[in-house]
Amino acid sequence: MINNAFGLIYADDSNSHLKELTSERSVGAVPFGGRYRAIDFPLSNIVNTGITNVGVITQRNYNSLMDHVGGGAPWDLHRKRDGLYLLTPFFTRENTGSYLGNVDALRGSINYIEKVPYEYCIFTSARNLYNTSYEKAMEAHMSNGADITYLYNIEPVDRPQGAEALDEVRFILNEQGRIVDMEIDCLHPKSGNCSMDCMIIEKSLMLSLLDETAGRGCTDFLRDIVFKRLDTLKVYGFRYNDHVARLNSLSSYFRENMLLLKSDVRGDLFSANTSIYTKVKDEPPARYAGSAEVKNSMVADGCTIEGSVENCILFRGVRVGRGAKVRNCILMQGSEISECAELENVILDKSVLVRRDRRLLGTESFPVVIRKNAIV
Amino acid sequence: MIQKKVVAMLLAGGQGSRLGVLTSTTAKPAVPYGGKFRIIDFPLSNLINSDIDTVGVLTQYRPLELNRYIGNGAPWDLNRNEGGAFVLPPYSVGETGEWYRGTANAIYQNIGFIDQYNPQYVLVLSGDHIYKMDYAAMLKSHIQRSADATIAVLPIPMEEASRFGIMNTDADDRITEFEEKPKKPKSNKASMGIYMFTWPVLKRYLIADEKDEKSHNDFGKDIIPAMLSAGQKMYAHSFSGYWKDVGTILSLWESNMDLLEEPPAFDLFSSDGRIYSRTQCKPGHYIGEGASATRSVVSEGCQILGNVTHSVLFTGCTLEEGSVVVDSVIMPNATIGKNARVFKAIVGENVTVGENCSIGELEPKGKVQNDGITVIGENTVVPPSTHIQKGVMLDQNFDFNS
Repeated sequence: MINNAFGLIYADDSNSHLKELTSERSVGAVPFGGRYRAIDFPLSNIVNTGITNVGVITQRNYNSLMDHVGGGAPWDLHRKRDGLYLLTPFFTRENTGSYLGNVDALRGSINYIEKVPYEYCIFTSARNLYNTSYEKAMEAHMSNGADITYLYNIEPVDRPQGAEALDEVRFILNEQGRIVDMEIDCLHPKSGNCSMDCMIIEKSLMLSLLDETAGRGCTDFLRDIVFKRLDTLKVYGFRYNDHVARLNSLSSYFRENMLLLKSDVRGDLFSANTSIYTKVKDEPPARYAGSAEVKNSMVADGCTIEGSVENCILFRGVRVGRGAKVRNCILMQGSEISECAELENVILDKSVLVRRDRRLLGTESFPVVIRKNAIV
Repeated sequence: MIQKKVVAMLLAGGQGSRLGVLTSTTAKPAVPYGGKFRIIDFPLSNLINSDIDTVGVLTQYRPLELNRYIGNGAPWDLNRNEGGAFVLPPYSVGETGEWYRGTANAIYQNIGFIDQYNPQYVLVLSGDHIYKMDYAAMLKSHIQRSADATIAVLPIPMEEASRFGIMNTDADDRITEFEEKPKKPKSNKASMGIYMFTWPVLKRYLIADEKDEKSHNDFGKDIIPAMLSAGQKMYAHSFSGYWKDVGTILSLWESNMDLLEEPPAFDLFSSDGRIYSRTQCKPGHYIGEGASATRSVVSEGCQILGNVTHSVLFTGCTLEEGSVVVDSVIMPNATIGKNARVFKAIVGENVTVGENCSIGELEPKGKVQNDGITVIGENTVVPPSTHIQKGVMLDQNFDFNS
């Protein structure tokens, strides 16, 4: 079946609550974990499954996404047969190019879906990050004789909810693992089975469902199409047991980056057996000066550290000057912290310059976010 | 086929026997350097940074790792439609066939490869040196002087001149004499082993040299002296940046240490050309709660739970709790166990140093070997609580029970 499947990634998300981080980029292009972009995870998962044909559906602000995935070479998707297909919106008389949800996105990509010579589709969003191969899920899909299989993992039911709850679907399963009901955007869900926004479906079924529901105001495939057909379609859940990082709000973004400082989460997301591939920048290794004091942090190549850094995620090419103090921060690629500046609970987007002696203090639940290229 | 102005030939067949266990299974140019690179990354990156996109890499000694590393040349942007990187092993012609007998013979055997591109100039490089250099500037001076050969030279302290091949020049930098390791050097211009030739001229000398049965078929011993005595126009091109021959344990260790000073003697971060390499996609390195790193270079995928000072850690190393690493080079995917102590050592790829080991700490009874640098060859598993004396060199076949 793996030989007969293709991948489809919806790289944008109108439900995203990532605010500033997605003001100039699609969800798939959000930087994560020191050197990655969100889309690296679904792309690598699909490739690590052995699938060689992947479509990436983009919508708004896909500049940075295109720049990142390029011709697909880092994922070995630069091929003569199959490879990576960037499905940008196209404007026609019927299609205004603007997607309301993933149903519109799929409809806009129908030409690709019809043409791709494989029967099964793995359709996933780009904001749930985990490291797996879909092989077992596909085996389960076949042995269950399922029409659709959704991946889920267990999340606590009593997690403090905010904007995140507005974007969660929980599955209620019967003993056979078939999805019999769903809780959608519940503030107090009863089920711990949280959807990972990733499904396995036969291409012909996907196309006929899209066709059936055309013009009926459906925007989300799971909520508007599958939910109403749980009686007639055999929809199964497949449980994933390792860590899933959900980037559905600014605070979850902050929390999930910080969780990388725990070795079990790091082990789950960056397992030794399956690599997460990304675009290579050829930065030299990080350099620690004699005055560097670094504790409990993740540091990418190209960094130069002369000051003190604690509980931080440092992306590529970050500079921390002498006497600077940085705690609980996410510093994206190319940011520079000048001498004696002090930062706590801050997210710096790419290439931010913090001048000498400046102080930026946020809180854990409400981190300060500084936009790309800003000078503080 | 498209004509190329310059074709580079990179001599990468050397065994590097003076690097001992570090080259027992791989060629010298594939030896790791500087946290994420291999020696050959430097000439390859210099080439693409100098807009030279056609290079033949001449391999011979244990080429498997090097061949796999170079692959199609993509990491250095050397996967071109016309040109690119080519690995050129010795091959047989009809019923004959032979190894490369010397540096000049290696180029001679590949005249056919070079002629495919019909180049005006051929740049001959070696895979033993760490440096960043713009070969385009060298080519420019070669063309301006209508030279037959231009040799890159580095001014060195006069007292060290007797260890190098020395170029004696006139006031216009024209080379008048070449002396290999002279006892009484007349100049301090050391050859860097980088030669730019006008191809038709070099080809003539290669063919003549091949016919001479007494020749060593070597550039330094035969080709350069022959061209000089025939009065060809040969010039020295002075280079002023960092350059280091990393052919010995000491110089390899020193060159890694040169990355650690403030400011570093060799700055990988400098803007004059980036060094590219084939990388494994690993997440950023993690440095733990009770850990520390100072005056060090650390690459991706490392886990530092111990303490590292004045050292180079390559991709995927692990330093467990309480370990101490000082003045050392830890190559890819090596593990230093709990409370182990490593001083002034080169620890090879995939080495596991057990808990409570001490490497390079104890003085040996006899004379200190290897300039006091302890070397552990790749894949060695050092059992817990082993003490390895300063200056010892060992590999995975070493019997730790004896």
